[in-house]
Amino acid sequence: MSKERQSRLWPALLRLAVLSIFTILLAFPFYWMVITTFKQNSDLYDLQSNPFIFNAKPTLDHLRFLFGQTMYLRWLGNTALVGLLVVTITLVLAIPAAYSLTRLTGRWGQRLGIIIFLTYLIPPTLLFIPLSKVVADLGLQDTIWSLVVVYPSFTVPFSIWLLMGFFKSIPRELEDAAMVDGLTRFGAFVKMVVPISISGILTVVIFTFTLVTQEFVYALTFISTEPHQMVGVGIPIFLIRGDVYYWGSLMAACLIASLPIAFLYNLFLDRFIAGFTVGAVKG
Amino acid sequence: MAVVQTRNLTKVFKQGEIGAVNDVNLETREGEFLVFLGPSGSGKTTLLRMIAGLETPTAGEILIGGRVVNDLAPRERRIAMVFQSYALYPHLSVYKNIAFPLKAQKVPKDAHKVKVEWAASLLGIRDLLQRKPRELSGGERQRVALARAIVREPSVFLLDEPLSNLDAKLRASAREELERFHRRINTTTIYVTHDQIEAMAMGDRIVVLHKGYVRQIGAPTEVYDDPADTFVATFLGSPPMNLIPDTDVIVGFRPEHFRVASAVTDTDKIPLKFQVENVEYLGAEWILSGALVGGRFNGKKAVSRLLFGQEFEIGKTYDFAVPERRLKFFDPVTEKKTAARKLAWQ
Amino acid sequence: MAIEPVDDAQSQAEKAPPLAPDISDKVKRPKWGKVKSAGAAQSPLLGAAMFAPAVLYLLAILGGPFILAVIYAFSDIRIGSTEMHWVGLENFRSILQSPSFRTSIENSFIFTFCSQVIVIIGSTILAVALEKKFRGRGIFRFLILLPWVAPISLGAIGWKWILDSLYSVINWVLVAVHLFKPYEAPMWLGEPHLAMASVILVQSWRLLPFATVIMLAGLTAIPKEIPEAAAIDGAGFWRTLFEINIPMMLPIINVAVLFGIIFTFTDMTVVYILTAGGPFDSTQVLPSYAYFTGILGSDLAAGAAVSLFLVPLLVIIAWLMLRTAHRAEVV
Repeated sequence: MSKERQSRLWPALLRLAVLSIFTILLAFPFYWMVITTFKQNSDLYDLQSNPFIFNAKPTLDHLRFLFGQTMYLRWLGNTALVGLLVVTITLVLAIPAAYSLTRLTGRWGQRLGIIIFLTYLIPPTLLFIPLSKVVADLGLQDTIWSLVVVYPSFTVPFSIWLLMGFFKSIPRELEDAAMVDGLTRFGAFVKMVVPISISGILTVVIFTFTLVTQEFVYALTFISTEPHQMVGVGIPIFLIRGDVYYWGSLMAACLIASLPIAFLYNLFLDRFIAGFTVGAVKG
Repeated sequence: MAVVQTRNLTKVFKQGEIGAVNDVNLETREGEFLVFLGPSGSGKTTLLRMIAGLETPTAGEILIGGRVVNDLAPRERRIAMVFQSYALYPHLSVYKNIAFPLKAQKVPKDAHKVKVEWAASLLGIRDLLQRKPRELSGGERQRVALARAIVREPSVFLLDEPLSNLDAKLRASAREELERFHRRINTTTIYVTHDQIEAMAMGDRIVVLHKGYVRQIGAPTEVYDDPADTFVATFLGSPPMNLIPDTDVIVGFRPEHFRVASAVTDTDKIPLKFQVENVEYLGAEWILSGALVGGRFNGKKAVSRLLFGQEFEIGKTYDFAVPERRLKFFDPVTEKKTAARKLAWQ
Repeated sequence: MAIEPVDDAQSQAEKAPPLAPDISDKVKRPKWGKVKSAGAAQSPLLGAAMFAPAVLYLLAILGGPFILAVIYAFSDIRIGSTEMHWVGLENFRSILQSPSFRTSIENSFIFTFCSQVIVIIGSTILAVALEKKFRGRGIFRFLILLPWVAPISLGAIGWKWILDSLYSVINWVLVAVHLFKPYEAPMWLGEPHLAMASVILVQSWRLLPFATVIMLAGLTAIPKEIPEAAAIDGAGFWRTLFEINIPMMLPIINVAVLFGIIFTFTDMTVVYILTAGGPFDSTQVLPSYAYFTGILGSDLAAGAAVSLFLVPLLVIIAWLMLRTAHRAEVV
């Protein structure tokens, strides 16, 4: 083998080794969820048996239990509904705001945009205590509406920042030409800019939805009864009855709630990165 | 100082497609300024990058100083390269940029200062040493890139269109600086460009490339006055050479040789009637475009280039002529130059 | 025929790579020259109207509660209180004296620092490994992203099962290769130091994909000619990585670190699910302590006071981030 080809083999092997180690470390819990979901209890809780193989036949019992005897489906429904509502509110608030901060307000607008982005860093763990009282006083305690009202507080800043990145990359000339042709500023925005930004808007939709499904603290604090809970909090709180963990169903629940989001996310990742770097580099 | 040779050098990027570089054979002369000239996609940059070691050839050999270097990494080839964007390290000062190759080659630290200052004075940038690249103008960046290249005293210099990122106004003076620089250091230099004016002005010899093939290698006078094929003939010279297709040959003559018949002093000249369709005044010269009238070339388009053109009117026909010795002949199929021949002109 | 000068921001926008499909050929252009950008004549009124809803909403939901948190911290409010009295610095005095509180601050710093170190090193390695295209890169990327994409509470539950005191698969392997005897295998979540290690590990696991994505973006933003110039100058793989690539990525590394610090320091989910702060407060962190005190302990005032200790850190990070964002422009 020529010296050149030799020197190209080593890095490739090293890279493969490094990637495999990391991938195993990162993806293993999900693989483990899959195995556990389909293993019979007798097999799962047997200390002697090899956990990596199916010592007894795979079973659908855990899935049956999850869907039949728990409120899992209800939680999935709640999460989907809250997701839909929050995404809508976020788009309505963030799209005009991002456009205005990019185009209509000059330098102080840019500064305001940075400040809005910084509010994304205000953590729920700072505000959840006063918010819990506000929510209770408004009578929204233990309803999904408490979440619908509060969640945009972190989805909107994030979305504004992402959208500003997208809008900045659209040449001004497009709107100028539209206005010369007779549209108003706002008309140009609605008829020209929004249609072009569909891919950016879709990215914001996916990421907002993901932020909703990932949220934990507010859902934990505001919602107390089973039927109203979200899937991210329902699973750890209500699927653990007393000290008994139904691991099979627990893992099934985690798996089913995680994978579809993973697929969607992956599809839009490149757009997110593009938006992120445009935003990050331009401040 | 070394001679660069390529033998049957080929680079194919995608299997089954035409190569970016095909079967290139060339050999530089010691200390010469060799230009790779061609339009985009001609393979000139790929050729340069293979010589640098940034691309692996699909076939063929590259020799530097008599050694086959195909398997050598770029840093083992004793070459230096200046990129189109100059590729200065933005986070390092000018001093550290220039010192970087010394550091990488493990030159002892006490030797750095001397060498960096030598390279910097050679290019007149000693007062810029503490600045960062982003604080420099385009011309200053070029000088830093050259200093970084020369500090290693390479045997070959490779330059990839370093003037294209400069303002048009700056380009002329930067070009002059490069020429002076080359005369001073006298190292074999290979220079890639698509600009034929740069090539003619700077090159000792020009390698004209098209679609990955070498069309001609020669001094500027050779490629201009004696082009090997129609591509070279039309690529060099602006406006390009007039090419008139005939029955079994293509006849060529340059616009500056196509003038008013009374002004052509050669005894052997070809008379051609020329109807002017458009007149352009460029300040230092006039460009007349139009069509030939009468004879075997009736209706064929032609362009003339004159010092004085104010009396020409659009629509009128004039008596023009071309000196017979200025005619070029090309084979219509191979496009290569063929022997001169006599034609009946009327 | 006068031609108007082109607005500078306009030409800047033209240089940025367009994310939107190029429809400029579908748009008519005025024939007499470039139109002076109407953007130069700002529309502040319309602009304000368009961002007002978002800003007002944020002020209400973020600003209001923040002020309330400060007020609560100086009061005696509890869950279900109908009235509230001023108590001065009483809450702060009592929590500062509480050993649990001091432990949770300490733990917060350890938790944050250790996980960030692991994440930065890990994500840099991963980004370098993922930089060049190769067959199967997409699959690796998908698998590597999973911890970030799945809701963190669910990933944490997965880890809880993997680290279970009896049925941990890790322990099974350790026993099978005879590193430990069956009942002496590590209690990952039951022994104080191990519990802290486990919690740090899970948080690093969760943040690694996001950090890798950011690092990758920074790495691919480096113009390709620069590492090539370094190669020609004589730099090998490691020198190029440490003296050229990583320094050029520094602004974006900064951004990743700052994000990571905020997300970790203010996070309670991992701790809550894996250990609930135990054993014996060894994994209690500030936010989880605030939750236990304020919500489960019903003492809203004390909880608010605890969570206010997050503010100094947030302010410092925000300031650092502003400075970096400014520098990230100059690459």
